[in-house]
Amino acid sequence: MRTRLAVAAATFVALMMAAAPTYAQKQGGTLKISHRDNPPSASIHEESTISVNQPFMAVFNNLVLFDPNEKVNSPDHIVPDLAESWAWNDDKTKLTFKLRQGVKWHDGKPFTSADVKCTWDAVMGKGDEKLDIIRKSPRKIWYINLKDVTTNGDNEVTFTLGRPQPSFLSMLAGGYSPVYSCHVPGRDMRSKPIGTGPFKVVEFKRNESIKLVKNPDYWKKGRPYLDAIDWTIVPNRSTRMLGFGAGSYDMTFDSDVTFPLLKDVKAQKPDAVCEARPTNVNSNILVNRDKPPFDNPQIRHAMVLALDNRAFADILSQGNDLDGAVMLPPPAGFWGMPKEMLPSLLGHSPEIEKNRAEARKIMEGLGYGPEKPLKIKVATRNIAIYRDPAVILIDQLKKIYIEGELDPIDTTVWYTKIARKDYQVGMNLTGVGIDDPDVNFYENYYSTSDRNYTSYKNPEVDKLIEQQSAEGDLQKRKKLVWEIEKKLADDAARPILGYNVANTCWTPQLKGLVLQTNSIYNGWRFEDVWLDR
Amino acid sequence: MGAYLVRRLLLMALTLFGMSILIFVMLRLVPGNIADILVDAAGIADSKEKAKITHELGLDLPIIEQYGQWIGGLSRGDLGFAYVSERPAIEEIAPRIPISAKLAGMALFFAIIIGVPFGVISAVRQNTPLDYFLRVLSLSGLSLPSFWLGLLVLMAAVNWFGTIPIYSNEPRGLLQEFGLLAIPAAVVGFRSSALIMRLTRSSMLEVMRQDYIRTARSKGASQMSVNYDHALRNALLPVVTVIGIEAAFLVGGLIVTETVFNIPGVARFLVEAIRWRDYPIVQNLVMLIAFVVVTVNFLVDMAYMALDPRIKFAD
Repeated sequence: MRTRLAVAAATFVALMMAAAPTYAQKQGGTLKISHRDNPPSASIHEESTISVNQPFMAVFNNLVLFDPNEKVNSPDHIVPDLAESWAWNDDKTKLTFKLRQGVKWHDGKPFTSADVKCTWDAVMGKGDEKLDIIRKSPRKIWYINLKDVTTNGDNEVTFTLGRPQPSFLSMLAGGYSPVYSCHVPGRDMRSKPIGTGPFKVVEFKRNESIKLVKNPDYWKKGRPYLDAIDWTIVPNRSTRMLGFGAGSYDMTFDSDVTFPLLKDVKAQKPDAVCEARPTNVNSNILVNRDKPPFDNPQIRHAMVLALDNRAFADILSQGNDLDGAVMLPPPAGFWGMPKEMLPSLLGHSPEIEKNRAEARKIMEGLGYGPEKPLKIKVATRNIAIYRDPAVILIDQLKKIYIEGELDPIDTTVWYTKIARKDYQVGMNLTGVGIDDPDVNFYENYYSTSDRNYTSYKNPEVDKLIEQQSAEGDLQKRKKLVWEIEKKLADDAARPILGYNVANTCWTPQLKGLVLQTNSIYNGWRFEDVWLDR
Repeated sequence: MGAYLVRRLLLMALTLFGMSILIFVMLRLVPGNIADILVDAAGIADSKEKAKITHELGLDLPIIEQYGQWIGGLSRGDLGFAYVSERPAIEEIAPRIPISAKLAGMALFFAIIIGVPFGVISAVRQNTPLDYFLRVLSLSGLSLPSFWLGLLVLMAAVNWFGTIPIYSNEPRGLLQEFGLLAIPAAVVGFRSSALIMRLTRSSMLEVMRQDYIRTARSKGASQMSVNYDHALRNALLPVVTVIGIEAAFLVGGLIVTETVFNIPGVARFLVEAIRWRDYPIVQNLVMLIAFVVVTVNFLVDMAYMALDPRIKFAD
């Protein structure tokens, strides 16, 4: 009897302890966050900036989601969201989702498979123009292999692909892939979107604030914990930091705290929790290979030999930025080539002086020298995070007889200028929405992509991109990815200077926030976040 | 007088018409339009999508037709649709005007109540330690940039009081609004007060040497009466002119202050609208500013007459 009682008591205690975390979260409270600028709109599908994803991801649901409790987004950590389950057909060209039943949009209308279909039809540019759900689609290229979306009743939807594509599920799992409703016009989605997510939009006041309030009918019972999220748009960074220090905000905007600023933030708010993480935003050089002088592959090669990526990191982020090739390097990234392989890539060797001597020899062979430097313009967006690396680049190019002049471009016409090929060399930043080779390669290096800004065309690379995309064996695929990374580096397709690392800070009362290390665009659902007040 | 007023009003209308053409043309001379920018903001350069947006917004219409649509709408009180928010421009502009107007009004009030009396004191106490102090104060007002002063004030508030006096939520009640706007208004007004102080001082010094001041003193008028009734009234003419000009320049000062103190006013909104080439917002706001400047100039001219009875506006 005594043993039975002891076992029962032990079981009770164990159960209580196991259950404790679920009881620990507190319901209620308003999370206050500073926002760095005016989001161009509230429509995630139409934009390509964290300024939209971070506040508005909480309004929506995806079909599937990268596990919000995992630090690294990876294909083996994808969890159901609006889809309860999914299955591939035998030849891996049809992906069928069983949808959750009883889910409602914020306006009370029921969510059905038709919403999924019209979302991806619109993203692919095949949508009904009368519905006008979205008017621009920056990620159309992601779905180059998607042939059709079909519904089977209200609760089942099938994506038909042209060929097997293991990454397809990952593409649906990121913050850039919310499900939109068919019945809400694009204009409303851009200003006061309707979703199925844990928070509803109360108002989006340009230049002022974004107010979200708990969705009481959220299909995930017990979530979200917070009553509301208030975003205050504060364009001035000093004001944002002072506001955080004074306790006006519970959290800074994502990656808003640079390493030099971190000391000030910690001095003002010693109990702040600050986490540094790679943003999967890389600094890279756009080279206009269609016009002289960079139509000459020797000059492109020499330019890359002049680069010292360590110096960029030391100056820009007190040595915290990461060196990597086209994919974010491990352990933060899932697909990037191992560290020991990196020095074999053009532009990543630690023997800087030797490289530069070789570059000078190439330049001398082409008739350039200290008396007759190659004069170029280095174009970049006229904002500090672009200008600063451009200035360092100009300094490094001097070492090989390339005399660069900074050409700051009004940020609003930057891509138009690049698309017109009206530049020689450009300093650019590229944020990768999902740490996935299909997303990155198709978007930035595939010959027909709108976002392949340099119009880099290499049929061999295109073929390899397609080959890795269809490869089902993870290890084999990783090797193909590394091969592509090497080819792109050797070809000076878009030389990578480093991966940005920055800090996000929050008050110690904020709990349950997991920052993901390989993309800043995911993980902002806020449904598991709570305030310990 | 009546004919003068009619002439002035006609001139004001003509000035505003000229301004409307200037604003309209200049905006379109700046590289890039909203379609470029919307597509750029998404990081794509898809010419089809760009053409679609251009057509939807009527930017492919002949420029004369676009101007006609704007002026026609304006005459009916229809300011058009904001390109970025896709809401009626009036709904975007109207709630922001009172915030900036209150801020500008408070800043100007601060500038006058500090600038004029201190200018007078500085003049009547010429070359005393108080005069030196006020001169240094006015010089610092002229040389400290508003954004820097604003940041210093914010830092001091955070360090000493553990709070930050910025605009986070809509104030509840007049008192809270006054509290929120008083510090930024003082920051913006500091520069204007310095200018007014210096001008009042020099103008007073000039007037104080006039014969009629000596006469006033000799007939036994008190120092206060000499300073304020006899000298200041005449010294104020150039000061009023400067106040009028400063009222117009305040808009420039507000842009910085609204940014630093995070005030959702019209000045910061205008800069944002220019960045997005949101023509309906920019055109209408610049026209509003032009209207305010023209009106203030008119009022300043009227004030001359009140201050100096010798000034007459001939019919």
